[in-house]
Amino acid sequence: MTDTTNPLGVSEHSHGAGVHVPDAKRDARTRSFDVADFPVPTGREEEWRFSPVRKLSDFFADAPGEARLNVTGELPAGVTVEEISLDAAQELGILEPEDRAAAVAANRTSSVTHYTVSADTELTEAVVIHADGTGTDLVHGHVVVSVGANAKATIVVEHEGLTRYSELVSLVVGDGADLTFVSLQLWDDGAQHLGQHDAIVGKDAKLKHIVVTLGGDIVRLNANVRYSANGGEAELLGLYFADAGQHLEHRTYIDHNTAKATSNVMYKGALQGKDARSVWIGDVLIRPEALGIDTYELNRNLILTDGARADSVPNLEIETGDIEGAGHASSTGRFDEEHLFYLMSRGIPEDVARQLVVRGFFNEVIQKIQVPEIEEVLSARIEDELSRSVL
Amino acid sequence: MSTLKISDLHVSVNTEAGQKPILNGINLEIDSNQTHAIMGPNGSGKSTLAYSLAGHPKYEVTGGSVTLDGEDVLDMTVDERAKAGLFLAMQYPVEVPGVTVTNFLRSAKTAIDGEAPKLRNWTKDLKSAMEQLRVDPEFATRNVNEGFSGGEKKRHEILQMEMLKPKFAVLDETDSGLDVDALRIVSEGVNRVRETTDVGVLLITHYTRILRYIKPDFVHVIVKGKVAEEGGPELAERLENEGYDRFLSSAV
Repeated sequence: MTDTTNPLGVSEHSHGAGVHVPDAKRDARTRSFDVADFPVPTGREEEWRFSPVRKLSDFFADAPGEARLNVTGELPAGVTVEEISLDAAQELGILEPEDRAAAVAANRTSSVTHYTVSADTELTEAVVIHADGTGTDLVHGHVVVSVGANAKATIVVEHEGLTRYSELVSLVVGDGADLTFVSLQLWDDGAQHLGQHDAIVGKDAKLKHIVVTLGGDIVRLNANVRYSANGGEAELLGLYFADAGQHLEHRTYIDHNTAKATSNVMYKGALQGKDARSVWIGDVLIRPEALGIDTYELNRNLILTDGARADSVPNLEIETGDIEGAGHASSTGRFDEEHLFYLMSRGIPEDVARQLVVRGFFNEVIQKIQVPEIEEVLSARIEDELSRSVL
Repeated sequence: MSTLKISDLHVSVNTEAGQKPILNGINLEIDSNQTHAIMGPNGSGKSTLAYSLAGHPKYEVTGGSVTLDGEDVLDMTVDERAKAGLFLAMQYPVEVPGVTVTNFLRSAKTAIDGEAPKLRNWTKDLKSAMEQLRVDPEFATRNVNEGFSGGEKKRHEILQMEMLKPKFAVLDETDSGLDVDALRIVSEGVNRVRETTDVGVLLITHYTRILRYIKPDFVHVIVKGKVAEEGGPELAERLENEGYDRFLSSAV
């Protein structure tokens, strides 16, 4: 297993992802609600170079798509939902899309679904929303979650079925609020899903953003965090399991634009089967005003069989040295026949040996999720992934 | 009492250049409570013997038999051999990412006993074995062999032997890469298992150094994949003084 750790002060280097060096600063990337501001990606762009853009051409087309996901779920007291316009959504202070697919999704969805957790509401149980695919017609979606000041909530969006889904998710976490937002990608084979999840974190507010991606042919999710005031905390957790032919791509971008904030990113992925593919890009920008911040990004990949490939690229841009800490680690390890022999030579049967390794590997991130409503689903789905092992 | 019987064992190794014969008819019989030292020059086939007994897929048995109390070992999968009571302390223990030592040991014990160990006794036994092997308690939460020093890996192997209580333990150059203190600690661990169980030990080594700590009942010298000479502990002393030269010159 290779491991690289980047201590404070090193701002740019490569982690085995080839010789490509981004020429522009992370902040230089376009942000806009206007689709025309984004050319159609060719696959040569920094943000698209790992993605199978040719298979995604209609996600970039500025064309109507009236299909919707089938959304069900009960909302407890203190949580409301309404359909609003994009103009109204923008007035809530949401961040602008960062790529063409997200801009198209925002403009071409029939309406914005806006969930509100009213100020000072403290939910004791997670709100579970099922958003299921309804077929292969392209779906444009825009979901906004506003969490009022000092409110506390956990919202789980569980995706199942077949879909081709392009979404913009905008999270606005009020001052002193505490939001856990979970996006489960349990799609059927054949599904495609592009998403941009943007969060703006208020003064002394907490965001825990969790993605679990197990299903779908192509899933590409960007999670971006910015702070509206000092003292915010962001924890971004990810777990993915790529099987043969799956392309699972996750990008995180923490824009440290305020003082005294923290961020902690941990993504772990397992891969098995021919052409199983994962990509993780972890960008952090520490702006001059981000005094006293603390950030850490970690990505680990476990390759279970030949033929799988994991790319892992952390990028840290530091514009002030007056911070508590900044670091990252990235590694990709292999589970090979020697591991199997070692475990089996101690009496452990082959299937148990594989489960042991994968479960142990994911344990670190599962422990941090702490959402009882999804724990069972998660362990059952991971078992299911393992039982589909190609060996 | 148990008996491990190796009869006319022929083994080839699968290499990129094809099959290469390494063992050319090994005969050995080991009973419970006995310790046999297997010695020999580099390349004589000592480690091949160890790995073929454990069932490593790289080695192909081309003739002969191995039985444990009459049961055909060669017909068993790797995990079945361990469940039958065979244990191999490896010369180069493998790093297993994602699996902690605690989890690994408990899974192995559960697999071998057919039921999970009683938690309280297990924790106590493990703690005591770790203390005696001077293993840092923090070791338990680390991933198997990941980032372990050479000495830590060997101590971890012997820790497993202590916890799994095999009928027969094959120790493949457990002494290699150990300094004097580590060698003594590891040897004491092996001796504890010999005293408290009926384990039969196959101690594979190039050097006589470890035999000062772990006294063998029998010594077998393997040269070019065959047993060239056998005797009692005095044979080890003779090798200490003369080395392997006389075997190598006569074998040419």
